[in-house]
Amino acid sequence: MQVLSPKGAQKRKLYLRRRFTVLVIIAVALLMISALAPFIVPNNPYYNDALAIRSMPSVQYPFGTDGLGRCVLSRVLMGARTSICATLILVFITFVFGTFVGLLCGYYGGILDTVIMRLIDILLSVPQMVLTIAVAGLGGGGMMNAMIALGFTSWIVYARLAKCQTISAKQEDYVQAARLGGHSGCRIMLVHILPNIAGSLLVNATIQIGTMLIGFAGLSFLGIGVQVPQAEWGSMINESRAYIQLAPWAVLAPGGAVVLTAILFNYLGDTARDLLEVKV
Amino acid sequence: MVLILLGVSFLTFALMYISPGDPAQQRLTSQGVVVSQEILDRQRHEMGLDRSFAEQYGTWLLKLLGADMGISYKDGFPVLGKLIAALRYTLILAAVSLGTALAIALPAGVYTAVRQDQISDYIIRLLSFVSNCIPNFLLCVLLMYLFCIRHKCFPVIAQNNVQGLFLPALSLSIPLTGRLIRQIRAEMLEQIKKDYIIGARLRGVNEKYILFHNALRNALPGIITIIGLSIGELIGGSVMIENIFRWPGLGKLVMDSIVNRDYPVIQGFVLVTAVIYVGIHLIIDISYKYLDPRIERR
Repeated sequence: MQVLSPKGAQKRKLYLRRRFTVLVIIAVALLMISALAPFIVPNNPYYNDALAIRSMPSVQYPFGTDGLGRCVLSRVLMGARTSICATLILVFITFVFGTFVGLLCGYYGGILDTVIMRLIDILLSVPQMVLTIAVAGLGGGGMMNAMIALGFTSWIVYARLAKCQTISAKQEDYVQAARLGGHSGCRIMLVHILPNIAGSLLVNATIQIGTMLIGFAGLSFLGIGVQVPQAEWGSMINESRAYIQLAPWAVLAPGGAVVLTAILFNYLGDTARDLLEVKV
Repeated sequence: MVLILLGVSFLTFALMYISPGDPAQQRLTSQGVVVSQEILDRQRHEMGLDRSFAEQYGTWLLKLLGADMGISYKDGFPVLGKLIAALRYTLILAAVSLGTALAIALPAGVYTAVRQDQISDYIIRLLSFVSNCIPNFLLCVLLMYLFCIRHKCFPVIAQNNVQGLFLPALSLSIPLTGRLIRQIRAEMLEQIKKDYIIGARLRGVNEKYILFHNALRNALPGIITIIGLSIGELIGGSVMIENIFRWPGLGKLVMDSIVNRDYPVIQGFVLVTAVIYVGIHLIIDISYKYLDPRIERR
């Protein structure tokens, strides 16, 4: 980053804050849409219109229909619910779990720390996607298994970061003071350390949303994530790629949805990182 | 290193152990014949499935040390042979993709770092940001549509030649290029801002010399680390690409095995990737010593 004058820095901060607000609003709107999907879909996403198979985008079917005559727009909207909700739940769970593990390891150290760090070394010695595919494949597919498979490795990021931050926070005066005040380890971790390290962890979680979304769609694309006929972006792309020359909209609509959502959350994460000036 | 591989072997074995389905039944019914309980029990005994977890793991590990990963449930061929045959294809694909990505990302990353906050920097950053957000399987499908169906200049099913390799490699390397540009740019920016660069500049050293002999050289260990990590992503990403283009590599093999519930192959896949991945990181660790002699002295 360039060295800015105080005024320039202030200006930049203001700009970043505005950008952040706008992005958060868009993200919340997207969440609302995905939560309310069953009520706003123009057509039944599971209804097969036999007379309108692979039909062009029209007034009745704004994004056309797929190979089984189902409304693509409705399926994309319903897919948003599956994809985004699953991703957010997954990121939330792994974030909480990883942070908690990292806090414990960083604060207490010792044998627990050694064991968990070795476990992490083992998990990291296999490329993440490879392990995810293996776990999902062995589990036999399905949404729950896909989430477990993705969660299997993704907590590591938070655990490592939280551990590092906790170790450095432990040296700070406020933690020493709290310790002298006779507070329990649990209280020091949750009340004193956690709020101080939450910023970079949250930024990290935001950046992970995009990655998880793509990973989730990838598993469904391979057929070991969400199972058909349930609407999900990755499995929709996989289903309709067979007749892409006849109905490109059936691939482009869910594909565009994945890309735009990934861009949104990645950009949000980047902005949050610049705004909070944390390094991830 | 040995401990880590031992851990991975335990992990893969445990995964298979807890996964649903009975391997004996899988193996016998893979030909589509219904078997009686008696035959099933005998098969279970032959495969050692009636022994304890520790015993099973021990036997399996001993066989593994003798480079025996068991036989495929599907066709009875040794797993290791199948994996090695497929590995060649995946390595070719990964090497070409990585080479392409680096050929673009290295100059682009350095260039954007030098031209920070200028229009060319913004354009390249925008492109790299967007390409990083496109899942490779989607890109693959779109490229296939464009090149294979619309313009018919490449085969839909990848043959084992340069033409067949082109599209799979392209769809793997585009998202990777985006990510590499971002990371290389960050590494370079960090170096360019350092005092020794300013010092060299004040002494009137040629700007190009500073860039390539000082800044890039010091950024290299960081860049090599990034490359090492991206190899893992390449192997993971190639699973999807290989399946779309029917490229006969590890990814296609593992997906076929997942469909057939051919557990030993899935297990072998994880193990082989782990060995490669750990090996690559070992080479990288060693290479630091040559790239930056200070590391050894520390």
